[in-house]
Amino acid sequence: MATQMIGASIKRVEDPRFITGKGLYTDDIQLPGMTYAVFVRSPHAHAKINSLNISAAKAMPGVTAIYTGEDMKKAGIGGPICGWSLPGLKLPAHPPMAVDRVRYVGEPIAVVLASDPYTAQDAAEAVEVDYDPLPAVADPKQAHGGPTIHDEAPDNIAFDWSIGDQAKTDAAFASAHKTVRLDLVNNRLIPNALEPRAAIARVEPTGDITLWLTSQNPHIHRLLMAAFMLNIPEQKFRVIAPDVGGGFGSKIFVYAEEVVMVWAAMQSKRPVKWTSTRRESYIADAHGRDHVTEAEMAFDADGHITGLRVKTWAGMGAYLSTFATAVPTYLYGTLLSGQYPIPAIYCNTLGVFTNTVMVDAYRGAGRPEATYVVERLVDLGAYELGLDPAEIRRRNLIPPDQFPFQTQVALQYDSGNYAATLDKALEKLGYGDLRAEQEAARQQGRYIGIGFSTAIEACGLAPSAVVGSLGAGAGQWESALVRVHPTGKISVQTGSHSHGQGHETTFAQIVADGLGVPLEDVLIQHGDTAQSPFGYGTYGSRSAAVGGSAIAVSVKKLQDKIKRIAAHLLEAAPEDIDYAEGKATVRGAPERFKTFGEVALQAYLAHNYPTDIEPGLEATTFFDPTNFTFPYCVHIAVVEVDGGTGQVEVKRYIAVDDVGNIINPMIVAGQIHGGVAQGIGQALYESAVYDENGQLVTGSMMDYAVPKARYIPMIETDQTITPAPQNPLGVKGVGEIGAIASPAAIANAVVDALKHLGVTHIDMPITVQKVYAAIHADA
Amino acid sequence: MTTVNITVNGQQYSHEVEPRLLLVHYLRDVLGMTGTHVGCDTSQCGACTVHIDGVAVKSCTVLAVQADGSRITTIEGLATDGQLHPLQEGFWEKHGLQCGFCTPGMIMSAADLLKRNPNPSEEEIRLGLEGNICRCTGYHNIVRAVQYAAEKMKVNA
Ligand code: FES
Ligand code: FES
Repeated sequence: MATQMIGASIKRVEDPRFITGKGLYTDDIQLPGMTYAVFVRSPHAHAKINSLNISAAKAMPGVTAIYTGEDMKKAGIGGPICGWSLPGLKLPAHPPMAVDRVRYVGEPIAVVLASDPYTAQDAAEAVEVDYDPLPAVADPKQAHGGPTIHDEAPDNIAFDWSIGDQAKTDAAFASAHKTVRLDLVNNRLIPNALEPRAAIARVEPTGDITLWLTSQNPHIHRLLMAAFMLNIPEQKFRVIAPDVGGGFGSKIFVYAEEVVMVWAAMQSKRPVKWTSTRRESYIADAHGRDHVTEAEMAFDADGHITGLRVKTWAGMGAYLSTFATAVPTYLYGTLLSGQYPIPAIYCNTLGVFTNTVMVDAYRGAGRPEATYVVERLVDLGAYELGLDPAEIRRRNLIPPDQFPFQTQVALQYDSGNYAATLDKALEKLGYGDLRAEQEAARQQGRYIGIGFSTAIEACGLAPSAVVGSLGAGAGQWESALVRVHPTGKISVQTGSHSHGQGHETTFAQIVADGLGVPLEDVLIQHGDTAQSPFGYGTYGSRSAAVGGSAIAVSVKKLQDKIKRIAAHLLEAAPEDIDYAEGKATVRGAPERFKTFGEVALQAYLAHNYPTDIEPGLEATTFFDPTNFTFPYCVHIAVVEVDGGTGQVEVKRYIAVDDVGNIINPMIVAGQIHGGVAQGIGQALYESAVYDENGQLVTGSMMDYAVPKARYIPMIETDQTITPAPQNPLGVKGVGEIGAIASPAAIANAVVDALKHLGVTHIDMPITVQKVYAAIHADA
Repeated sequence: MTTVNITVNGQQYSHEVEPRLLLVHYLRDVLGMTGTHVGCDTSQCGACTVHIDGVAVKSCTVLAVQADGSRITTIEGLATDGQLHPLQEGFWEKHGLQCGFCTPGMIMSAADLLKRNPNPSEEEIRLGLEGNICRCTGYHNIVRAVQYAAEKMKVNA
């Protein structure tokens, strides 16, 4: 009897290679005749390029080629494009390498190829560039009307986007019992996937091109590069994303460097490799967040939220990255209802060009920013109204009988029982006792704080028709090809991509259960455009909900075909065949059956075979769900603030999440741990800081505080389960919820710890200095 | 160019190298042992951790010439006779890795930690891994993996 795989904490299939050092990441690949690329980058945030002299560099022994922005311009090679349009969007050209002007520190100007990386580095330093610096601006709000970065957008506004009903919202505020207002910054973050980006391009003897790339979505990379930048036929261009060391969004986008690599390989007729250094990744990978926001919330006398008004300046960086425009709009404004039936919402977002590297999706992408706004305001409202933060949430949660629930900002929430999740979290925490403890500690001069975040996200990005109508230049379905071989072994090609999520395990669990075969008989393959059908890849917590569902549908198709073949072999009607645990059995006659292996073999022999069915046993599915999924959670942080030093310690972290059905609980918990840790990083430690000249001050891992083990507590996870109604697995997605919920929980906890001192807000990252200053504000 | 003689995972190697070649690049590019990773350029991340004469060292902070004459163990050499090291087993059992990029360095650092302190508290594990960054796991399961290995090594000892 086969054990049930879905729902079991199966150890990961991919792990043996990683724990023995046999993972194969892009930089691990060495090709014969390969040259190494190093980019010459702008040291200025904004400058005119007067001249570029490569002759000294070119003369250095070992240097094989140097290409400049001018060379690429002459060749007609396009730069990275923005894949999501908005009304009135300004879309200035984004050259792959700068030609006469640079607009951020790190903008590539030229690329040096040499026979070894050390020589390439020396030669890059020998390239002489003469600049005339121009005024620069890095802060999104100051950039509005600041020094012009692109002539197309004199005031630096890339787009002016709104959602909700402004008049209705103004009316709600006019008649409110109480309103609260918060001016806040959602701090700019650097993703820091531990594997730096890398790309290797090679022209094959056939003239076809292969690109090994640190990518979360190799098909998107291929499509955009082939069709919009390099103008090479898609079928002759193969993109392989081998093992990828984390992404968190930063490896979704098409970047200049990879376009340059392909072109340089074509020009130089040798394979070329570029591996980013960490410092380089800080000025070349897309950053996240970077909002300046003014937000207000209105309440009635009972503490019900009656209105929400938000204005946000969202930094875009110097150019618009692949999904940059979607993040502070459709992934942000639409989430502002939180878990509450807010009757009137209005949000206006200005996307602002700044003299910084691009800003795009980073784990959570828009939704952590929305959650932070809503959850901070709810807490502030509770404080002003004299309500307990748990109680104000309970009063406002959407009741379970209201689903599907239509918000005022376009989304229709699928399912949930929000109060049940809150109850579970409060119980796990031991809330009542903790409040008493907090009070007692305060008497002794110790500041304990309890912070809530009742968060929701829209994920499982899809359906295509909806995202298309909102401006996406892509569909959002996912593909799966489940192929049964003649021996009954199975390989699966998924358009989804794993860079740590564990697809090779969870996806195999789906197939093993559905076909009743051992897990080790199923091989999950991903990341190679030459193998799998077109797929949109992994981001937006979509792999299980969309990619996993595509596999589940393929499995269902195979079950049906197996039944028909078995019916023929057993001389029964297909309707009378049951398929379970790897056996197709005539209903009511358990001795009359065919095993999965027998049917698989017969499907390939086709000797004794139904005439109305094709031979072979494989099924391809392109799954496009009918709605987003809406995971939600209640996270509670308990912190202790040292009044003397301003040090914040996270004492406990409770995460009760409802991510729908769970395929592998161990992996799901791991995703929550990692997401929460990144959110704690945002709340307490991390910030990409640019100075007034547009220089990145936090330009290395020494200066940018990626949390280490001792700054993150054990995460106490639990769940409620309301299955997602819109996909066959009932899963909602789990990749981002931790990072979405946790910054608000931590910030609320710190403010809660200090509220008796009159502290109502501290901007993230809530550093020792800021806390100390807040405590001693009067001194 | 300078000649170096280095023993890696029990095998002796001799190469002419540039004096500025980092040990991590020697291991990866010259010997083709790519299990040791490079995650930063400021000695922060620990992805490059190997053992030099039995002590955990960040191989990005050492020149190959400095390692001349030493015995190095990398992640590829940690398992003995096809038997996973208890830490490798622990990381697998406890889901101590996601993308796997930090994992070799994490395991090599943890091995050194357990050698010095076979019975570490949670706090001591977290402090002991101060030099290693993981962006994926939030460290929760890394701590549990190290605890698992400590337990296992106690039983085996
Ligand atoms: S690569 Fe050695 S510490 Fe980061
Ligand atoms: S598992 Fe990805 S960095 Fe640790």
